[in-house]
Amino acid sequence: MNWAIIFEAQNLALYGQGIVTTLGLLFSSLAVGAVLALICALALTGPFPVLRWLVGAYTYVIRGTPLLIQVYLIYYGLGQLEWIQARWDSVWPWTHFKQPFFCALLAFSLNTAGYTAEMLAGAIRETAAGEIEAAQAYGMSRWQVLLRVVLPSAMRRTLPAYSNEVVMMLHSTSVASAVPSMLDVTSAASRVYSDYYLPFEAYLFAAGIYLTATFCLIGVFKLVEQHLLAYLAPRKH
Amino acid sequence: MKKLLLSLALGSLCALSFAQGKDLKVAIDPTYEPFTFKTPDGKPTGFDVDIANALCEQIKRKCVFVEQVWDSMIPGLQAKKYDVIISSMSITADRLKAIDFTDKYYNTPSRVVLKKDVKYTGPASIKGKKIGVLKGSTQEKYAMGELKTVGVEVVSYEAQDQVYLDIKSGRIEGTVADSVEATGGFLTKPEGKDFALAGPDLFIEKYFGVGAGVGLRKGEAALKTELNTAIKAIRGNGTYKKINDKYFKFDVYGK
Amino acid sequence: MNDYYLAILNGAVLTVGVSLAALAVSIVLGLAGAAAKLSGRPVLVVLATVYTTLIRGVPELVLMLLVFYGGTIGLNNLLERLGSEATVDINPFFAGVLTIGFIYGAYMTETFRGALLSIPKGQAEAAWAFGMGKGQTFLRITAPQMVRYALPGFTNNWLVLIKATALVSLIGLQEMTYLAKQASAATRSPFAFFLFTAALFLVYTSVSLYVLRRLNARYSLGAKRGQL
Repeated sequence: MNWAIIFEAQNLALYGQGIVTTLGLLFSSLAVGAVLALICALALTGPFPVLRWLVGAYTYVIRGTPLLIQVYLIYYGLGQLEWIQARWDSVWPWTHFKQPFFCALLAFSLNTAGYTAEMLAGAIRETAAGEIEAAQAYGMSRWQVLLRVVLPSAMRRTLPAYSNEVVMMLHSTSVASAVPSMLDVTSAASRVYSDYYLPFEAYLFAAGIYLTATFCLIGVFKLVEQHLLAYLAPRKH
Repeated sequence: MKKLLLSLALGSLCALSFAQGKDLKVAIDPTYEPFTFKTPDGKPTGFDVDIANALCEQIKRKCVFVEQVWDSMIPGLQAKKYDVIISSMSITADRLKAIDFTDKYYNTPSRVVLKKDVKYTGPASIKGKKIGVLKGSTQEKYAMGELKTVGVEVVSYEAQDQVYLDIKSGRIEGTVADSVEATGGFLTKPEGKDFALAGPDLFIEKYFGVGAGVGLRKGEAALKTELNTAIKAIRGNGTYKKINDKYFKFDVYGK
Repeated sequence: MNDYYLAILNGAVLTVGVSLAALAVSIVLGLAGAAAKLSGRPVLVVLATVYTTLIRGVPELVLMLLVFYGGTIGLNNLLERLGSEATVDINPFFAGVLTIGFIYGAYMTETFRGALLSIPKGQAEAAWAFGMGKGQTFLRITAPQMVRYALPGFTNNWLVLIKATALVSLIGLQEMTYLAKQASAATRSPFAFFLFTAALFLVYTSVSLYVLRRLNARYSLGAKRGQL
């Protein structure tokens, strides 16, 4: 096993760039996805059947098709459409579709939004009926009940499942290596492999990076859960 | 249902195949029209494939084609996934460090491909433009060495036809490719009508080597001699010319 | 054009094959892992914990690439050291099935462990009191009850497994994602082919959801659910 090559400056730089791209993609798609998920969850639990049906169809398709196909559809598929091609040199926002990072970001955000929306909607539906009735007895309007009572507790209850989703997203960013010119950790490893013919070293190093990142994320979520879900913890005294 | 399960079970037993006997496993990257590509129903075809079949006939072995992504061609060969690479792989000094090659079986130059209205006077004249290349190819080495250094943006793709897909959609503005491949795989097709070959023929040996040969693992002297004899044989008995004329109007064997 | 679609349909059969074979591997590994974790023997518990932690911490694609590229070289080197002339080739189907089965075995371990823990201990004790052996207890008493508790997690894992088979296209297995990508690059029309593949996946997941829901209903007969 030839580990010395991995630790050469230019290869470490390659992995470093990969880490930057991976983390950048992860956090920006989580951010955009979270906002989208909130809106979708409200639509899913709202009073308008048309919205419920539309968003339901969206989450069904997102959860029923692989992320790789979604990425290909957005990067290659949308790039093929003539009216996008005509506009993406000059008209904002279509200019963004020219860049690989934006296409990857869009695909990942839509994906995480689909899953998170269902999780959040489930948590909203499970809010104790008594809490909602009490809020309504106080004379709060529908929006006030949502903002002050339902959403805070629903978001806390989604936290354990959401931590799973964040870790899954981290692993899914490796799919970004299928988009040309996206240099994430997996494509850095593939590059080292095809240049030096060292599959074990290259991919084991990448696996190590992902493992470390996963543990860090799980650790952060544990801390957050201890703080926000403290009321669910067993009594200490 | 039972038949499906039975065939799956038998199929997975054949997963561990012990390579002995008369079959010659040939690696191809079928995204390189007109040298190596597939018909719509999945059959490999093209100049490389026909040459491979002719060589196999000469050495009296059966060709079995294995598809492989271009940038893992050489690692796959070293991992013994196949025996030879007959897929327009150029003989370069860098590659000779890792694997062995037979004599060349064709030699065509690479060229830059750009839109017809772009004035190309050298690498610096396309500064700022996006050029797509095949990951792991000699053209990529050239682009990284000569174009990237003067400010051209070089994007690497895993297959040459994906480069053409993105040229068609406008994400990149050109490519550096084998001139014959670019002609047959892009310029003569509807999406290539606004593009043309630009600049001089690129025969720089440092990047492009001396032509395409059959790649084999180091230490296979017997197979190498067999294949070299076969190449001379098909050049001499007219088979090469027949295959050549099927795809091209000129002799691709080159200098 | 139509030939390409037919080829993709053939690739769909391969996708189904890979996912079913991987499911079998993952169920076996899941049961073994759950048994190891619940056995109480420290060595087995540590081994199983390391297995589930490592697998759930590394992306599937990286594991697949490791097994596919590294595995073949490793096996061949081993054979060379042992003096054999033969070469072994792990083809993409085998690599994909092994890797996916291995990965989802870890997730199944957690699912089965949770399900096994939910069965009241009295059930197994009553079976032993009747004189049933460990094997009989498992087959007649534990397993049928475990199915009910495991089904939600199992459904989840199965759906994610189906989608993971799309990644096997990246190591060269000619299943539908791979063929769709080649067809789309050759004909320069990616939208149609990828939409077709997405629709096929949607059909596959919908059918699976339906079958598993029926299974769930059948195995939940008699279970009392609280009224809200």
